[in-house]
Amino acid sequence: MTKAEMSRQVSQRTAFIFLGIATAIAVVPVLFIIIYTIISGAGAITWGFLTQFPSQAGKAGGILPAIIGTFYLMLGTVLFALPVGIFAGVYLTEYARDNWLTKVINMAIVNLAGVPSIVFGLFGLGVFVLAFNFGLSLLAASLTLACQALAMVTTTSREAILAVPREYREGSLAIGVTRWQTVRHIVLPQALPGIITGAVLAISRAAGETAPILVVGAAFILPRLPQSPFDQFMALPYHLYTVSAHVPGTPTSVVWGVALLLLVVVLSFDILAAVIRARARHRR
Amino acid sequence: MNADQTLPTSRIVSPDSGAKLRTEKVNLYYGSFQALRSITMDIRACAITAIIGPSGCGKSSLIRLFNRMNDLIMGSRVEGNVALDGVTIYDSKIDVAEVRKRVGMVFQKPNPFPMSVFDNVTFGPMRHGVKNRAELEEIVEKSLRQAALWEEVKDKLGQSGLALSGGQQQRLCIARVLAVSPEVILMDEPCSALDPVATLKIEDLMRGLVEQYTIVIVTHNMQQAARVSDMAAFMMMEEDRAGVLVEYGPTSKLFTNPKDKRTEDYITGRFG
Repeated sequence: MTKAEMSRQVSQRTAFIFLGIATAIAVVPVLFIIIYTIISGAGAITWGFLTQFPSQAGKAGGILPAIIGTFYLMLGTVLFALPVGIFAGVYLTEYARDNWLTKVINMAIVNLAGVPSIVFGLFGLGVFVLAFNFGLSLLAASLTLACQALAMVTTTSREAILAVPREYREGSLAIGVTRWQTVRHIVLPQALPGIITGAVLAISRAAGETAPILVVGAAFILPRLPQSPFDQFMALPYHLYTVSAHVPGTPTSVVWGVALLLLVVVLSFDILAAVIRARARHRR
Repeated sequence: MNADQTLPTSRIVSPDSGAKLRTEKVNLYYGSFQALRSITMDIRACAITAIIGPSGCGKSSLIRLFNRMNDLIMGSRVEGNVALDGVTIYDSKIDVAEVRKRVGMVFQKPNPFPMSVFDNVTFGPMRHGVKNRAELEEIVEKSLRQAALWEEVKDKLGQSGLALSGGQQQRLCIARVLAVSPEVILMDEPCSALDPVATLKIEDLMRGLVEQYTIVIVTHNMQQAARVSDMAAFMMMEEDRAGVLVEYGPTSKLFTNPKDKRTEDYITGRFG
């Protein structure tokens, strides 16, 4: 081996080592968080913990209302964000002319995703809670989270729709099928896996949000489940925040139990999204 | 109608020819770029009209005028008149989908939908309101037979259209067009992605279809134009890259006795 070859080998190895270390730094904390949460929280997860109401300000008892509340929130978010996001995505890709206004709208939607979540919370408080007079409620919180999720749902819908080959649209239009029929029967079915993936990820993010719901209706402790969309509610992330920061003497196992449950909810949705994407790719 | 008496010769429109399609002094622009200049031609009913010419001369732009496919391109603008059975199709009162139902199109690259062979063929009829299952099955068999594909796919109608060979895919696309009972079939280089055997199959198919349908084909292949077409149009681009119609007439005349020096140079292979 010549000297030049030697030095090439050395620089190659050095590069691999640094790249490996960088990857490890990126992965280790995630794994550590997951494993630590499971170890610390698994002990608290019992049937009673999942099915009972909290007692002693959350120090004892279960977290049923928080689980149900988070479930309702996710349902409400998807109910509002999915149709609006899909239709906005369809409009922006299939109907809007390519002019400055469309560009501004696209840019606004992308930037919407970067708005701090507490700002969405204040927006929800001002608009849904006060102006629309929905009060501190599940409805106001769902709408607030939906506004935040919209950016992601619209963007991913747009991308999924854009990825449908132009040839399919042309083939459909060229036999006298209208534009809307083409969207409805060719474009949307093809784009659906991508759209659903984006929606599921957006919901999983909404499920983990604490700041926005803090100001629009999440309750500290509720003795009963929400009976209507206008009731206040408990939610897992906010409950985690209160028991860890505002209730001195809460057993750490309870805190970690709530954290574990939240993690399971969010991660299972992320996995669901990955599965949908993988199956769509496989089907092609 | 005796078509031979009214055959248009180069750049001449005979007003009473009963042309299926007609363009009169058509200019097509994409933004500020002029793609076609002053195209005037009649397309005979129940004949195959081939449009030939070098790359970029506007052949595809011209054929896409007839079903308003150029509308899909941002900034496209048409001047002059394009008529189907004497009715102007570039008119705000015209239902574009209805025009495209009557003037179907087959593309360069076979583009079956990612669904079964059966669903590919029924897609058009179903969107146009045919719901009856028996009727749909009848349309599928008839269209696939017309497209010379039935024998090859009759046992796998449920299979994905994408699983067929390239030549079969293109015939499926032809069947898809036939299924909506068009009057005109536009073909934009339908064989350029196919091997010679598949190409000959499509050409045979066209000769069979022309008894019922008006066919316009854009082709890069002069032998193909000479083999299949009744009428041939030769296009070229001018200095500003706008496409013009150089010569138009019966295929036999255009190929054996071209009037224009440029046509002669092209068909004898001196350029292009």
